[in-house]
Amino acid sequence: MVTFTRRRLAAVALVATAALLGATACGGGDDEAAAGGPVTLTVDVFGQFGYEELYKEYMASHPDVKIVERGTGSNLDEYSPKLTQWLAAGKGAGDIVAIEEGLLVEYKANPQNFVNLLDHGAADLKGNFLDWKWNQGLTADGKQLIGLGTDVGGMAMCYRKDLFAKAGLPTDREAVSKLWPTWADYIRVGEQFKAKNTGASFLDAATNTFNTILLQTAGNTSGYSYYDTSDKLVVDSNPAVRQAYDTTMDIIDSGLSGRYGSWSEEWVSAFKQSKFATIACPAWMTGVIEGNAGAGAKGRWDIAQVPGNGGNWGGSFLAVPKQGKHQAEAIELAKFLTSAKGQIGAFKAKGPLPSSPQALADPAIVDSTNAYFSAAPVGKIFAEGAKGLKPVYMGPKNQAVRTEVENAVRTVELGKRSPEQGWTDAVENAKKAAAK
Amino acid sequence: MAVQLDARPPVAPAPGTTRPSRGARLSRFDTRYSPYLYIAPFFLLFGVFGIYPLAYTFWVSLHDWDLLGAEHPFVGFDNYSQLLADPDFWHSVVNTLGIFVIATIPQLLLALWLANLLNRQLRARTTWRMAVLIPNVTSTAAVAIVFAVLFGRDFGMINWLLDHVGVDAVDWKANRLASWVAISTMVDWRWTGYNALIFLAAMQAIPRDLYESAAIDGAGRARQFWSITVPLLKPTIIFAVIISTIGGLQLFTEPRLFNSGTNAIRGGPLRESQTVTMYMFENAFAPHYNFGYGSAIAWLLFALIAVVAAVNVLLLRRLGGGARKEEPR
Repeated sequence: MVTFTRRRLAAVALVATAALLGATACGGGDDEAAAGGPVTLTVDVFGQFGYEELYKEYMASHPDVKIVERGTGSNLDEYSPKLTQWLAAGKGAGDIVAIEEGLLVEYKANPQNFVNLLDHGAADLKGNFLDWKWNQGLTADGKQLIGLGTDVGGMAMCYRKDLFAKAGLPTDREAVSKLWPTWADYIRVGEQFKAKNTGASFLDAATNTFNTILLQTAGNTSGYSYYDTSDKLVVDSNPAVRQAYDTTMDIIDSGLSGRYGSWSEEWVSAFKQSKFATIACPAWMTGVIEGNAGAGAKGRWDIAQVPGNGGNWGGSFLAVPKQGKHQAEAIELAKFLTSAKGQIGAFKAKGPLPSSPQALADPAIVDSTNAYFSAAPVGKIFAEGAKGLKPVYMGPKNQAVRTEVENAVRTVELGKRSPEQGWTDAVENAKKAAAK
Repeated sequence: MAVQLDARPPVAPAPGTTRPSRGARLSRFDTRYSPYLYIAPFFLLFGVFGIYPLAYTFWVSLHDWDLLGAEHPFVGFDNYSQLLADPDFWHSVVNTLGIFVIATIPQLLLALWLANLLNRQLRARTTWRMAVLIPNVTSTAAVAIVFAVLFGRDFGMINWLLDHVGVDAVDWKANRLASWVAISTMVDWRWTGYNALIFLAAMQAIPRDLYESAAIDGAGRARQFWSITVPLLKPTIIFAVIISTIGGLQLFTEPRLFNSGTNAIRGGPLRESQTVTMYMFENAFAPHYNFGYGSAIAWLLFALIAVVAAVNVLLLRRLGGGARKEEPR
């Protein structure tokens, strides 16, 4: 009888403990902060943000904070649907999430998912950002600040010195910049390059170049691309779009493109195998090139001025989702990472160009060189133009529309459509996508 | 002993009459309902993870459901009528069916042939039988990535080999038919061995004496195969076809990973190898985030699978009809 009772008691206790354990295990994640233990902050990024050293520094000065970064090196195409799902589900997103400029418009349409940073003293930071970068982070009514700017995408042209030498072209970056004041000149140089049969194409993919030309043309003229500032789709009536399309068609006609689908595995292989000589190069692309071409190509790349005049492609923001459990800590960290100091640190690590005028004027940026790119003075090349960057307005379905137009460019590049058919497709499919 | 002293006194015995009747009731309850209890866990799980999502998806498909939006207005069957008139959807249906046909027919024939070989007296028989399953236990993603590299336009091994025999390089990703073939190869690589083992198991259930008497009657190996093995395997073949139909029409990982880079979900600039599931994903998630439309696609896919599976079964019934009348199962 004794043993029976004891055994039964033990069983009851076991079940009770298991149930309790189960309950605490479920609740564990939520109660961390209340318990006063260290707070773990998750930062969701894509590509290369260059924050590793900054995290270490921050954790050293904030012993109660632990930082975990997810998604480093991932493709934006993989990252953004995940982020959207997390936001829709109300669960899963990091305490801080990175948002790319072109996608920010869609997230801004539903600002209830994010903490209004204006409520947390962000208004004082306005002077730390280029005006247009600050404004991009605001909702249409200007009442909510969704994201603090990280970088801007000042434009240059990266090129392979060794391939240029092989084709008998100048290799010095000043001389190369002088070769192509306009895109027509760029095509002319490309034809010279092609005639020398180096075994490499002149450029990687027409789609990347198209986007570069479009953002540059739009920035220099209307200030918008596929949508006008009243969010009306103007893909077929904005001369900037047609102009960029026509220039890209000239590039394709001259057979300069290696036709590697951008961001595909073949594109990455083409970097490694030295299959193209130039690539349109927003500041953040330098980190991508280094990652794709690998250590073996160190010193073979260099950076020249972009044909045409300036332009901005990409750049990101850090936002704090409302579903986060540690919003106060996350806001502090986001402020630190987007401060002038944080932006300088990121630039040194992976090359994203600061959006803070203080950082852009800092000698640490202005005098910086990039060893991978033959010690090119990246600070001078990118930072000088950054203050004069003209932003391009992006409408609600910018990403979907851009996808359609770039796909049309790609079909022409692959010889599946004539330039005229391609344009018809681009306009039709863009309208369809915008209506979805 | 002290414990026993402190223990509660025994409860007064229950009146004698209720005991047997309660026992009888229990046992009746037991025989009548416990079978349902035993199978209940499956149906409970199926309800939670099968029926509920299905019904919820249908509910979502009746709304204009922006994934991030706060409001989801009810639109009735608008998503469906829009979808039926959507050429891109039908394009993806054709792709899916094309890949399904190119993948499944050779796969099942090959599996049948493999099973037939494995059913003979072979040295190290178990090793061979295990070996055909190896492709199935490798991760789909790994297989897809390796094949995507093999089928690369500029740096792929297949084109390199083709070049050696004097065939021009094929742009596997930008040519619709070529991309179907490439994806079908992946599917076959993965599933042929699996189906072969299923066929093999069924073959071993065929009585040996049938073959012996056929041999006495002068039937050769081929005749035995077509007149005994295949007809008797019919239920198994139907099973394999239905499973392949479900898997084939839901094909996602292989074509998705075959296309890499920007907008891989489109399956190429002209949607060369975009399957229905990829189209669903494109609409429900990036770049459109139109959850209602995506859910409508999911339901039409469900209907499509049901139709194709039914057609397959009918065709197969007809096919082996003359061989031997079977007992209904």
